[in-house]
Amino acid sequence: MAEAQNSPAGSTTAGSIAVAAESTVVSRMSAPPSFDVADFPVPHGREEEWRFTPLERLRGLHDGTATATGGVKVDVQAPAGVTVESVGRDDARLRRAGKPVDRVAAQAFSAFERASVVTVPKDTVLAEPIRIAVHGEGGTAFGHQVIELGAFAEAVVVIDHTGDAVLAANVDYLLGDGAKLTVVSVQDWDDKAVHVGQHNALIGRDASFKSVVVTFGGDVVRLHPRVAYAGPGGEAELFGLYFTDAGQHQEHRLLVTHNAPHCKSNVVYKGALQGDAAHAVWIGDVLIEAAAEGTDTYEMNRNLVLTDGARVDSVPNLEIETGEIAGAGHASATGRFDDEQLFYLMARGIRESDARRLVVRGFFAELVQQIGLADIQERLLSRIEEELEAAVA
Amino acid sequence: MATLEIRDLHVTVEADNATKEILKGVDLTVKQGETHAIMGPNGSGKSTLAYSLAGHPKYTITGGTVTLDGEDVLEMSVDERARAGLFLAMQYPVEVPGVSVSNFLRTSATAIRGEAPKLRTWVKEVKEAMQRLNMDPSFAERNVNEGFSGGEKKRHEILQLELLRPKMAILDETDSGLDVDALRIVSEGVNRVRETGEVGTLLITHYTRILRYIKPDHVHVFAAGRIVESGGPELADKLENEGYESYVKGGASA
Repeated sequence: MAEAQNSPAGSTTAGSIAVAAESTVVSRMSAPPSFDVADFPVPHGREEEWRFTPLERLRGLHDGTATATGGVKVDVQAPAGVTVESVGRDDARLRRAGKPVDRVAAQAFSAFERASVVTVPKDTVLAEPIRIAVHGEGGTAFGHQVIELGAFAEAVVVIDHTGDAVLAANVDYLLGDGAKLTVVSVQDWDDKAVHVGQHNALIGRDASFKSVVVTFGGDVVRLHPRVAYAGPGGEAELFGLYFTDAGQHQEHRLLVTHNAPHCKSNVVYKGALQGDAAHAVWIGDVLIEAAAEGTDTYEMNRNLVLTDGARVDSVPNLEIETGEIAGAGHASATGRFDDEQLFYLMARGIRESDARRLVVRGFFAELVQQIGLADIQERLLSRIEEELEAAVA
Repeated sequence: MATLEIRDLHVTVEADNATKEILKGVDLTVKQGETHAIMGPNGSGKSTLAYSLAGHPKYTITGGTVTLDGEDVLEMSVDERARAGLFLAMQYPVEVPGVSVSNFLRTSATAIRGEAPKLRTWVKEVKEAMQRLNMDPSFAERNVNEGFSGGEKKRHEILQLELLRPKMAILDETDSGLDVDALRIVSEGVNRVRETGEVGTLLITHYTRILRYIKPDHVHVFAAGRIVESGGPELADKLENEGYESYVKGGASA
């Protein structure tokens, strides 16, 4: 079930499938999940969950020295029928989807003053997306966003991150029974931005959750999308796309916890890297608990290294506590676009810049098509083109 | 009439921190409509000649000239050479992840022809060319060379040859690794292109086997980085019977 291939120098692909009585996904973390930052020691960089992350570039988010300065604007535009609230720290809905699992997520939870809760009432099917614009103007901020769909509600949410900020913020998705939620989170930050966050999705009975995480910008982006199920029959599709340029660190750490029977999950993350010290990290953990009979899960990570000097660390990990499953597998591969490929395409008359565009577009197209939202798809493809243009120039 | 002229071509390659001269003065003229077979033992520099003509960055030209219809080929980038009418069917075509055969062919045809082929006629053209090469239509949706068998890779190269219609086709060991059926299909493809009379063909091979299907006008023996003997098709028969031994002995460091 595991495969690892075509790994160029400067990349690691380590896959494992374990059948275990006790999960190492949980036990290898340096502290148990908690809402309180004081429950986590300050990381020194050798911990399993921090070993790929450049702590010195987190601008103090990990060690308590970062303080909120404001300067990050959040604008929520929601169609009629949707409730948008600003709530205090004691609102119970802020703690339902899951606890922070590392120090920065706990720091975000411990430091925000007001949280935003967006609610789509039950049976409400939105014709237009909810748009959340997070724009940084150079400040440091801590945030918490909850998006809740009542039973059989259907919604699309687009979260755009732009500008310059040091942001630690978590997002919770609460899906009622039979609800359908598609979330596109675009990290299109300026070059200096630092963004760390945990995304918790709690999927109701027979509900469908589709997450599309798109990371283009920032100095350091480290996201932790997590899924768990509140009942049987839930489905999660987690798609990701990243384009890591010179000097950028982009880290996506996923965990799908199959804690209910007959649920599905499908994880596909694809990244392209170009330039010196471009570093992408992908951790894909899937845990199938003993109760989760009939689980069907697959996770895949593909990386395309366009130039020398870039590095990928890709670690898929699958833990199975029951044999009564429908299917489970994972795959990780890192390939490079090298001089031989360039020569081959150019020997057919194709100009160098067109050759690179052809390869990168092709690499992402299959994934982008699965998003299912025409305007988002078009925007992502043209944004990929821009990334390529910028790099060639 | 298109003419490829190679004059006193010297080529070096960097290997193990040393510069090694592989081509030591190659002279050859190929005219449109002609087929030249270049035959020689392993390591004689045949493939170096092919890749040097196509402009592979690994090889450094240290002397001599190459012109296509009087134009200096060595001054051109790899893609410019292809657009000028040079085509290299490669011995080991590389995988290009994420690029489908159909997208690749169309992009390439657009570059070579200078404008995008009309979609309807293009689809028909590709389909028919694939049928002639016994290629399944699903082939078009696969990624370029990814997971292709040896025979599929060679058919894909010849498919490009048929669609791109170059002035000069260099076929680098197109016969290697093919079974008899695949060899016949690939050879028929090459012959269809030759029969147009519009292409000059440089057929590089180690074995005489392919010459049963593709009849050359001229045969050249390549050894130690240069052409050591030239003749008509009868020279291939001699090689079939006697092998390369006499040339290798005379060829010093080959």
